[in-house]
Amino acid sequence: MALKTETFILNAGPQHPSTHGVFRMRLTLDGEVIQDVEPVFGYLHRGIEKLAEGLTYPQDIVFTDRLDYLASMTNNQAYVVAVEKLAGIQAPERAEYLRVIMAELMRISSHLMAVGFLLNDLGAFLTPLLYMYREREKILDLFDMVCGQRLTYNYMRIGGVSQDIPEEFIPALKKYIDSLPGFINEYEQLLATNEIVLIRTKNVGILTKESAINYSAAGPVLRGSGVKWDIRKADPYSVYERFKFEVPVGSVGDIYDRYRVRIEEMHQSIAIIRQAMEQLPQGEIQAKIPKVLRPPKGEAYGHIEGPKGELGFYLVSDGSTNPYRLHVRPPSLINLTALKELLVGVKIADAMAIFGSIDICVGEVDR
Amino acid sequence: MELNNLPKPEGYSDRDLDKKEGEGIESLQQQYKIAIEDPDAWQEAQGSHNFILGSADALINWARSSSVWPVNAGLACCAFEMISAASSRFDISRFGMEIFRPSPRQADLLIVNGTLTWKMAPQLRRIYDQMSEPKWVIAMGSCAISGGLFKNSYAVVPGVNLVVPVDVYVPGCPPRPEALLYGIQMLHKKIKKQSTLQNRKQG
Amino acid sequence: MTTALAATEIAAKLEAALPGSVVESNGNTVVVKDVQLFRAASYLKTTAGLDFNYLNYLTATDYQTHFELIYDLISIEHNHHIILKTRLTDREKATVASVVSLWRGADFQEREIYDLFGINFPEHPNLKRIFLWDGFQGYPLRKDFKH
Repeated sequence: MALKTETFILNAGPQHPSTHGVFRMRLTLDGEVIQDVEPVFGYLHRGIEKLAEGLTYPQDIVFTDRLDYLASMTNNQAYVVAVEKLAGIQAPERAEYLRVIMAELMRISSHLMAVGFLLNDLGAFLTPLLYMYREREKILDLFDMVCGQRLTYNYMRIGGVSQDIPEEFIPALKKYIDSLPGFINEYEQLLATNEIVLIRTKNVGILTKESAINYSAAGPVLRGSGVKWDIRKADPYSVYERFKFEVPVGSVGDIYDRYRVRIEEMHQSIAIIRQAMEQLPQGEIQAKIPKVLRPPKGEAYGHIEGPKGELGFYLVSDGSTNPYRLHVRPPSLINLTALKELLVGVKIADAMAIFGSIDICVGEVDR
Repeated sequence: MELNNLPKPEGYSDRDLDKKEGEGIESLQQQYKIAIEDPDAWQEAQGSHNFILGSADALINWARSSSVWPVNAGLACCAFEMISAASSRFDISRFGMEIFRPSPRQADLLIVNGTLTWKMAPQLRRIYDQMSEPKWVIAMGSCAISGGLFKNSYAVVPGVNLVVPVDVYVPGCPPRPEALLYGIQMLHKKIKKQSTLQNRKQG
Repeated sequence: MTTALAATEIAAKLEAALPGSVVESNGNTVVVKDVQLFRAASYLKTTAGLDFNYLNYLTATDYQTHFELIYDLISIEHNHHIILKTRLTDREKATVASVVSLWRGADFQEREIYDLFGINFPEHPNLKRIFLWDGFQGYPLRKDFKH
C-alpha cells in the first residue's frame, strides 16, 4: 500500500537570518523536497523610480547609492554613465580612471560579501563572514579617505567625480592591493578544498547555459553557467578597453562555479586596479557642465558591469531639469527569475545555499 | 660546569629555606591557639559591616544594561553598518551585546536599521510583539527616524515610531558604527534610570 | 562593442514577414503595433542571423497620451542589439501579449509593469502585484498617480 503524503508550506522571511535582507520565499514542501517556491518581493519597495522623477538629475545620484547598498560606487557609475550619454557629456580622463579604481574596489568588496554570506548560508555561521568583513573594512577606509563616507558615497558626479583623491590615497591603495591576494588565497586554502564546502556546492543548483540566457541572468550567475558575457568586454565603457584582464567563466553552472567566478573576478579586479594606478593621468576631474542641467529631449540607456550583473539605467528626458522616467535594470531581481527552476526538486537544506549563490541585494530587487 | 654546583643566591641556601619554613610554622602555632567559633555566630557578628546594601533597581538595571541582546533583524543599508558594529573592528561585545539573537523571543533590543515600508510594517510590529519584556528599540538612520530620503514615497512609513515605540534615535544616512555604539551607550544610561518596581510606561 | 543594428533593415525584414506590423523605425529602435508584438518578438528571437536570445530589460513609460513598452533585445552570439517598442493608447484597459514564453526573464519585469503601471499581460503565468500589497489603490508610476 502506498503511503499518502501531504505537502507542507514553509514560510522563509522576510525576517530570516539567511534571506540577505527582507526577502521572502513561500516554499511548498513534500517532506524535505521543495515542490514549489513563490518568491515574495516588495518589503523594501521604496518607490525610487517615482521619487526620482521629482528631483533633478544630480539629486538622483543619492538614490542610486541606496539601490545596491553593497556596491554604491558602481550604482553611481551606472547612473552617471546614463546621464552623460543622455546629455552628451564626456568626463575627463582622470575622472574616468578614478571611477574605474573605485568601481573595481567596490566589486572586490561586494564579492567578498557575496562569498561571506554564501558560506554563512552553508552553515559556517559568521566566522568566514567576519574574515571577509576585515578585508571589506579596509576598502571602506580607502573610500572614507576619498569621500568621507563608509557606505553611501555619492562620489561620482555627472561629468566627473566630486573630489580628487588625497595624496596618501595611492600609497594606501598600493599597500592594500599588494596584501589582498594573500588574504584571498588564505580563504581559498580554507574553503576551496574543504570537504563540506565541496559537497554542499558541487553539482548543486545547476543552471544550464541555455536557461541562464533565457532567464536574462547576468553577472557571475551568467558567467558561472559558462557564458562569456561581461559588459566590460562586450560593450566597453569608460576606459576599460585599455586594461588587460580575463573574464572567468564556469563550466557546470553550479554553486561552486558561481563561487569560483567571484573569487577569480577579485583577482582580475586587482589586476585592473594595478594597471589603472600606473596609467592614472593628471588633470581635471570634472568636465564643465551647465549649473542647471537640462538634457535634450530623448532617451538613453547606460549600462555597466556591476558586481551582481549588468546594471543599467534607462532615462527619458523631456528637456526639463528632472528625468521624465528613470528605470533601473536591476540585476538582482532579474537573476532571481531563475530561482524557481533552481529550487524545485532540491532538498530544503540546499535552498538557502542556492539562494545565497545568486547574491542579491534587496535594495536593488525592490527599489 | 655542572648544574648542581651552581652557586645559590644569598639567603636561598637549603639551610636558609628550611629556617624560613620553621619560623612560619612557629608563628602560626603562636597565632592559632583559640578554637574558631561556629561560622553562624561569626557571620552574624561581622555581617553588619561586610555587606553592601543598594536598591534592587540599581542591581537589576546594572545587569540589564550590561547584557542587552539585540535581535538579528536587518531591513536595509543600515543593517550593514550594524553588522560592522558587531564585527571585530568596532566590537559591540565590549558592551556585552555581541549575541545577536535570530529569535526575537530571546532578545531585548530591536535595532530598526533601514527604511520601513508599509508592507514590512506588520512583520516589524510582530517581531516587536514577540520580544519579551523588558525591551527597547533603537531607530537607526534617518529612514527609521522619519522616512528620510524616502519620506514622500507612497510605500514608506514616515518614521518607525508610528509602528513601534522608540527609545533612542541614531541619526545618519547611514550612521557610522561609532554613532550606533554611542546610541547604545545612551540606551544603557536610559536603562539605568528605569525602575523595575514601577510598571514600564508603554509607548 | 555591442553593435546597434540599423532599425530600418530590421523593420524591412519584419514588414516582409509580418505585413503591417511596423509603425516606425529610426536609429536602433523599431516600433511595432501592439497586436503584432508577440509575433514580431518571436520573429526576432527565432530568425537565423538575428537570434535575439537575451531580453536585456523590459520596461514601460507613461507618456500621458499613451504607454510605451521598451524591450531591449540582445544576441549573445552576434553581440548586437535592437530596441523593440510598442505603444498602448487605451489607458483603462492597457493590454499587451506576454513574452514570458519566449524569454522567461520577462517574468518579474512584466509583473513589475503590471504592478506599477497597470498594464495587463493576459498570457502571463502568474500575473499579480509584485512590490505593492494586495489592495493598494492606483498605479504609482503613472503620471496621474496622486499619493
